[in-house]
Amino acid sequence: MSRRYPPLAHHFLSLGQQYSAAKLGMWLFLAQEVLFFSGLFMAYAAFRYFYPETFLAAHEHLNVTLGATNTIVLLTSSLTMALAVRAAQLGQNKQLLINLALTFLFATTFLVIKYFEYSHKIHLGLLPGKFYSAHEHIPGQPALFFGLYFVMTGLHGLHVLVGMGVIAWIFIRGLNREFGPEYNTPVEIVGLYWHLVDVIWIFLFPLLYLVK
Amino acid sequence: MNYLTAKKGFKSWLFTLDHKRIGLMYLVAVLSFFFLGGVFALLVRAELWTPAGDMFTADMYNKFFTLHGAIMVFLFIIPSVPASLGNFLIPLMIGAKDVAFPRLNLLSWYIYVLGALFFFYTLLFGSLDTGWTFYTPYSSQTGTSVISATLGAFILGFSSILTGVNFIVTIHKMRAPGLTWGRLPLLIWALYATAVIQVLATPVLAITLLLLVVERAFGIGFFDSTIGGDPVLFQHFFWFYSHPAVYIMILPGFGIISELITVHARKRIFGYNAIAASSVAIAVIGFLVWGHHMFVSGQSSFASMVFSFLTFAVAVPTAIKVFSWVATLYRGSIAFTAPMLYALAFIFLFSIGGLTGIFLGAIAVDVHLHDTYFVVAHFHYVMMGGTVIAFIGGIHHWWPKLFGRMYNEGWARLGCFLIFIGFNLTFFSQFVMGSRGMPRRYHSYVPEYAIWHQLSTIGSLVLGLGLVLTLVYLLHSLFWGKRAPHNPWGGESLEWQAATPPIEFNFTKQPVVTSGPYDFPEIEQDRS
Ligand SMILES: [Cu+2]
Repeated sequence: MSRRYPPLAHHFLSLGQQYSAAKLGMWLFLAQEVLFFSGLFMAYAAFRYFYPETFLAAHEHLNVTLGATNTIVLLTSSLTMALAVRAAQLGQNKQLLINLALTFLFATTFLVIKYFEYSHKIHLGLLPGKFYSAHEHIPGQPALFFGLYFVMTGLHGLHVLVGMGVIAWIFIRGLNREFGPEYNTPVEIVGLYWHLVDVIWIFLFPLLYLVK
Repeated sequence: MNYLTAKKGFKSWLFTLDHKRIGLMYLVAVLSFFFLGGVFALLVRAELWTPAGDMFTADMYNKFFTLHGAIMVFLFIIPSVPASLGNFLIPLMIGAKDVAFPRLNLLSWYIYVLGALFFFYTLLFGSLDTGWTFYTPYSSQTGTSVISATLGAFILGFSSILTGVNFIVTIHKMRAPGLTWGRLPLLIWALYATAVIQVLATPVLAITLLLLVVERAFGIGFFDSTIGGDPVLFQHFFWFYSHPAVYIMILPGFGIISELITVHARKRIFGYNAIAASSVAIAVIGFLVWGHHMFVSGQSSFASMVFSFLTFAVAVPTAIKVFSWVATLYRGSIAFTAPMLYALAFIFLFSIGGLTGIFLGAIAVDVHLHDTYFVVAHFHYVMMGGTVIAFIGGIHHWWPKLFGRMYNEGWARLGCFLIFIGFNLTFFSQFVMGSRGMPRRYHSYVPEYAIWHQLSTIGSLVLGLGLVLTLVYLLHSLFWGKRAPHNPWGGESLEWQAATPPIEFNFTKQPVVTSGPYDFPEIEQDRS
């Protein structure tokens, strides 16, 4: 059976206080993440305003099918993550582990697809800045567009990687039966983080792949 | 058994989770960097003694003023008050055992140290000559070690973000029973507003510096106009953080002054609600004024007008604070202790610094004064005359609580006097030469400015002397100072109810708050 006592740190008065502190802390961290990406979105807005024709032409070279598949993969992983949180709250340890494993699997799928997209771009020379060497004619400043593409999706991919790390961490804790109705804060805050990673992609996908 | 003696040995410090010990570790670290940055400042002032560039080469001079600025901003003044005094005081003032996330708190300190190591690397290998603002396109071309310096600032930023997250959660969730928002000491309100900026503005600096690193390492071109990028975009990004960052630097100073004035004038603070709300207002409006750094960077004149107006708007909540402090002094029983002297110095210096900020926020005037010593003087009047003076005043005020010892009051007054005189001599001369057109960042200049530069250099020596004197008597007091009484100034906020120095988990039993932080008993007697 699960451990009977949920851990209460020395400086908190109650588990409720400890739980709401962790949750508020995570929300603040997510706010920080949003502002971190906001710089990139501003750069996107500025360059799209400067070179609309580049964005229109360059986005044709991104693979919409793969991008859309990845969107579905990531959205589904958000669902399994939400189910994992619920399972933890209900004390269904087996469901928790299954859903965490599925989430991890979807995250891996996402990165594998991303890997194929990246290698295709590298092959064609659709690369940022001074590495740009594609033969296709794209008007304006295509090197900037692919700079944005690689920096934005690259930093997002890094967040997916970190997410896989923390999912693995709570999976191991789940194996030790550490979570139940009375204590599941880590599952919940990892869930919050994972949803943010998903939300960022939901903005990246149309901005990069679906320019009209 | 107090927190200093509860555990022994080097490891008990390196692995401590006690917010008070972490605060002290920050205090030592930031003051060390204050010293290092100060050395570079004195080197700069020494070069400027004569009009000719005769002590250092122009390149050396560029490195010295850059290192002075970068060290002072990123390693000293941003973490200064929040990470040291804030860490020490927040849990004590709100009646908690610790901050909400003690391990995260220790991690922030280690991240800070890691960032500092990057700066040491920069200092020793390749140096830095971009100015502390890292403006492109120069920063993407110079041969100095920009990548290690920007990575250092990037890492330090995460230390600042994590500290901010920790403080916001602590203030929200860890307050003692009865400690409502309306009963919080004003220092806590100020640190709260600061933490909000730390969390929301710093990530924008992080992405900016990361893009600069990518620019240098891979030539990605966002800030490179030769392949369609825009160097002014860097300025927008940079100041979107760095203007709010000056409020990260000054708001905690405001908080300290509110405490110092009311306790040492034995009078309830005038306009508690207004001071608390103005901290938050400054934090909010401060996000919308960054364009006042770009009046001459080719920004549209409409945008400049809006930014100019919003810059003026920040003056309103700021003035509310200054007037409230003065009104608190009115008919108070002012004790001219060292903390009070620092508070008075703050009001004087900050008023000059703040008002000249209004001059610079006016577009037409700024076109004339931009990139002159006037800007340098303004910045130092608010940052050093404001934040650093408040920081030193705060260190004196809480010194008995930190270490259980009293410093020598006579030496403290002399130190404050020297710092005040030296500071004004150093920087008021810079206002004069700046308004007469002396540009900043030059290592040689026309002889007409020599007299002002020499006054400034003499002032910097007096200032340095005052600071060294202060350090000496404070360190002396650690070993030979009188034992501090439990509550030397008669403060009413919770930290004065803890033992001196406090025990490991702050209070023997959970405090319960029934009155405001400035309800001094003698005031109640006066009324009855
Ligand atoms: Cu500004």
